[in-house]
Amino acid sequence: MTSFGRFVAAARSRGALVVQPRMGFSQPARMRAGLLATKHAADAVAGTLTIDSYTRVGDEPAAVRALDADVPLNGYPITSYSPGTSHWVLDGIPGPAFPVQVRHGSASPQRIVAALARLGLTATEGGPVSYCLPYGRTPLVDSVRNWREACEQLAALRADGAEPHLESFGGCMLGQLCPPGLLVAISALEGVFFHQAGLRSISLSYTQQTSPAQDRQAVRALRRLAAELLPDTDWHVVVYTYMGVYPRSPHGARALLERSAELAVRAGADRLIVKTAAEAHRIPTVTENVEALRVAAHAAARTTAAATADALDTADNPVYAEARALVEAVLDLDADLGSALLKAFERGYLDVPFCLHPDNAGRTRSHIDAAGRLTWSDIGALPIGRVTAQRGARLTAAGLYDALTYVQRRYDEAPDPRTAPGPRHTAAADEHAHDLLEV
Amino acid sequence: MTQPAELAPRDPSGPLDVVVTGLPSDAHTWNLVFMQLLLEDLGHHVVNLGPCIAQDEIVESCCKYQPDLLVVSSVNGHGCHDAEHLVRALRARWELAGLPAVVGGKLGVRGAEGQDGHRRLLLTAGFDAVFHDEQGLAPFEAFVTALAADRTPAGPAGTREGAAR
Repeated sequence: MTSFGRFVAAARSRGALVVQPRMGFSQPARMRAGLLATKHAADAVAGTLTIDSYTRVGDEPAAVRALDADVPLNGYPITSYSPGTSHWVLDGIPGPAFPVQVRHGSASPQRIVAALARLGLTATEGGPVSYCLPYGRTPLVDSVRNWREACEQLAALRADGAEPHLESFGGCMLGQLCPPGLLVAISALEGVFFHQAGLRSISLSYTQQTSPAQDRQAVRALRRLAAELLPDTDWHVVVYTYMGVYPRSPHGARALLERSAELAVRAGADRLIVKTAAEAHRIPTVTENVEALRVAAHAAARTTAAATADALDTADNPVYAEARALVEAVLDLDADLGSALLKAFERGYLDVPFCLHPDNAGRTRSHIDAAGRLTWSDIGALPIGRVTAQRGARLTAAGLYDALTYVQRRYDEAPDPRTAPGPRHTAAADEHAHDLLEV
Repeated sequence: MTQPAELAPRDPSGPLDVVVTGLPSDAHTWNLVFMQLLLEDLGHHVVNLGPCIAQDEIVESCCKYQPDLLVVSSVNGHGCHDAEHLVRALRARWELAGLPAVVGGKLGVRGAEGQDGHRRLLLTAGFDAVFHDEQGLAPFEAFVTALAADRTPAGPAGTREGAAR
């Protein structure tokens, strides 16, 4: 049986970074064509079946109505198609050299997990915090219960000889402006939650932010925490290409993708979820996904892991210090991690800046400092007072806009290395004004 | 014994208490955060209800908080319909009949040609002002400033002139 973790470990041992798209289509033939096209895009590719947003929120009747009316959805409605249809989509595709992960974003994922298990798939992603707080208003207590059930469903597949794999989406909270220490802590804590529910093949995520140096510290911090917190577990770290307001220029989008691949290799992550150059404008096509996988794999292949990476792990790493303080404080709240997470959000020990979910305390704020690092302007009740660096000024509305578009501007304004210097066509200013509305 | 906060006499000259909210079918967050910071920059207090919130919950929250202003923001291009239903439900509650309420963002997908229609519809339904994103922030800031100045002499709710009708 296919093992996602074993596939990633095999790629690591031959020095290849696993690259993976976020692709999902509602038409079965298109979904199948997309999987087949990405399978051969690079040396080590993991396949993706992304679920649509109706299925994500449990509104299957709406998904079925859309299918009946030939309205395309933004993903594959795995619980609405018959197993026969889904078996046809996947026929001959998943295997030891091409595992397929189901990606969804649901705070009540039990039906999705049941559906993927029925299809013989064993890998998915999410988490009780990361798939609840940024999306909608499902109470955290419900999400924790739902995710415990889903983890147990998934872990039960081990009885059949499979090694089910679950990835925490915790390193991606809100996509941007969440300081790395908190992202690393949430991802690590979700990993412990999965482990307590019986899973033994786990990945922890981190999304590229504003500062390459800080990002490397974050990935190393995550690896060190995983080693400390996940005994007897096959684990790896997955990096996401930037998830905030994306560059509009093709050269800016490509450079950002290449930097994310370099980050993954240099800091010792084993897998990269890519973004396409089309991302700022619309949902990407299969061809654009394949191109992004190739660009990322190529950038990864010409990068070598820093020889000092592991030495740096134990050196002064401010992201590790912050994440470690958060993790310890939460673990001390309750032996059951689900209860500990609920108490942590109640007390503001975990508090995601700018997250408007009713269960998030909302007392923290962040900003981008003069060196480009994402840091705190207000730590609220986070238990990091002793380890966090000097805090900066509180963001104004104009400052928030500048921070949200910081990466986009930096990459769009950098010269395109492949063209001669001179006047360049850039997207119209009024287009830029709407970027904030797209994330 | 101290009085419960909600029964204490309200300071008529201080900053405004503002409820910022999204609409039931709009999942966007950063526009709501932006509006919150803008109002805080102007010195006002904000309760932010967030995205994807049910209409009943918005109405009940307004009854609970009794704000000086409700700011509805929507950017997915389908907000006009939800906003119309919301304001009719607000105005059906006697406690909220005089609550200053404004809406803004990208409210329709038809662009400028649809804007006048949206504005008329939403004003008739009960909003005090409608702001389209092309106008920039100045008209909204002017509305808030006028409202804050206007409420300085204490008076019963509902006597204030609708600033932008």
